[in-house]
Amino acid sequence: MKASRANPALFWSGVALVGVALIALPFVLAIAGTAWVRITNLAILFIFLSLGLNIVVGFAGLLDLGYIAFYAVGAYVYALLASPHFNLHLPFWVILPIGALVACGFGLLLGAPTLKLRGDYLAIVTLGFGEIIRVFLNNLSQPVNITNGPKGLATIDPFRIGGFDFSTTQAILGLSFSGPIKYYYALLVALILIIVVNQRLQHSRIGRAWEAIREDEVAARAMGIDTTAIKLTAFAMGASFGGIAGGMFAAIQGFVSPESFGLTESIMVLAMVVLGGMGNIWGVIVGALLLSFVPEILRYTVQPVQQALFGRMLVEPEVIRMLLFGLALVMMMLYRPAGLLPSPLRKRELAREGRA
Amino acid sequence: MSETLLTATGIGRRFGGVQALSDVAFTINRGEIYGLIGPNGAGKTTLFNVLTGIYAPDAGDFNFAGRTLAGCKPHQVAARGIARTFQNIRLFANLPAIENVMIGRHVRTRAGVFGAIARTRAVRAEEAAIEARAIELLDYVGMRARANDSARHLSYGEQRRLEIARALATDPALLALDEPAAGMNATETGELRGLLERVRADGTTLLLIEHDVKLVMGLCDRVLVLDYGRRIAEGVPAEVRRDPRVIEAYLGTGSATAGKR
Repeated sequence: MKASRANPALFWSGVALVGVALIALPFVLAIAGTAWVRITNLAILFIFLSLGLNIVVGFAGLLDLGYIAFYAVGAYVYALLASPHFNLHLPFWVILPIGALVACGFGLLLGAPTLKLRGDYLAIVTLGFGEIIRVFLNNLSQPVNITNGPKGLATIDPFRIGGFDFSTTQAILGLSFSGPIKYYYALLVALILIIVVNQRLQHSRIGRAWEAIREDEVAARAMGIDTTAIKLTAFAMGASFGGIAGGMFAAIQGFVSPESFGLTESIMVLAMVVLGGMGNIWGVIVGALLLSFVPEILRYTVQPVQQALFGRMLVEPEVIRMLLFGLALVMMMLYRPAGLLPSPLRKRELAREGRA
Repeated sequence: MSETLLTATGIGRRFGGVQALSDVAFTINRGEIYGLIGPNGAGKTTLFNVLTGIYAPDAGDFNFAGRTLAGCKPHQVAARGIARTFQNIRLFANLPAIENVMIGRHVRTRAGVFGAIARTRAVRAEEAAIEARAIELLDYVGMRARANDSARHLSYGEQRRLEIARALATDPALLALDEPAAGMNATETGELRGLLERVRADGTTLLLIEHDVKLVMGLCDRVLVLDYGRRIAEGVPAEVRRDPRVIEAYLGTGSATAGKR
């Protein structure tokens, strides 16, 4: 960002333009259908997840295949504390931090025993962890019914501030704000916050320590970095982001069940990070947007296009989606192995005179 | 001048059936350049790894600046004031030179996760100090112009110097260098020698593994010679090179063995 300040007027007008576009976006999407606003909201949630996983995978270089477990933990914490299931109805600003903390606790729980492992071995353990969480959610309905098993938890409270309810349609200043549109703005604010937090973390003492561990763990240790503690920090931070995203997901959907938190979702989030460019916040965002929107666009276009070309549907959208994914994967490996937007080398302005 | 900085007593370390080190003892005085030489496989790097906490010794103990290093993990050893470089350069290859040095400041700075997120005045001041110190150190090793180049794109000699700058960033009392001149040409070795003398003059004690005999003999105040994990000689370079056991270790006895290399 700093590099763009060379021309401040241009930079800020660019920011203003993007800002206006982002504010107007839901109304434009709503013309195409409220479904598209919902899709956008889910895409933003996936950006949260990708940014969280990027801390673990992109910054610290620890391959985590069970990341979705933290999303699940956040979602269930929200669902349990704001639904008729236990008849608890705490406000969202209380639950989201609790969700982040609980997810953070699970991050430490996973990290503490496993961080001696590296590479493939760590990946296998985290994969197992993700499955364990899902299996627990599926089965913790007896003897005491905590998670309601595979049936999931429904009628979860939406975000509410006083009398302002995020799930209902409401007219403000002559404009009709539907539930998804209100959530969109809430998510947009959260997104900006999370991007700022991520950037600050990356360019901090801790962020550098993460990168040092990714680059060479032995050297990092010899330079005085307590690698175990710093890796745990990465796990805990990543997990907290997942927990917050999960809580928002539960509130927006109003329903959670274990099947939303499978291995496929973990891999999807990892694919977003890798496709966009590990370690680069903007790259990760691009990756998350692409992998969220392209399948949806395909869902809506594949059928009409085939109808027009052949008069009937030859290939299911799902098949085309997988085909394109496979193709994209191979192309990426061949032409952009570091992602669409690889992490750039940070340039510093060395204005200060050093001691000779 | 002769205040003791590091005392090693009875250091032993075994790997399976190989006794890599046995009963090694030595002392390093503050302000010294102390050399560690010996034929290949003599246990020099093992001694480094035991000293810096990468391996625990099976026997013996190090006393550094009045305290034992027993049970210290590598990052704790660094915090105590021993910094090292590696025989096969281990830089953070994809990071710019300056960030490599900034990472070296980790152990002397404090900002945590919440400080980083809140970016308070104190954290910003610390960050600025880290950067300023890193620039200063890059200057010190003559690499300021390459501050923004990623470590992997530096020349071999530059990588060696960057590793020294990174180690110096931890404010060490003892700087341990594992073959810093390996693979350098004569000019680069000369520059390195100047740098090491400057480091010593600025108050850092040096421990040096080196194969370049000329460099060791010219630079070191005292030298420890290891062979098969045992101490075979110690003293000023001129004495050590005349020691029959040292000559035997390097060249072999009689005419039967041609020696190593």
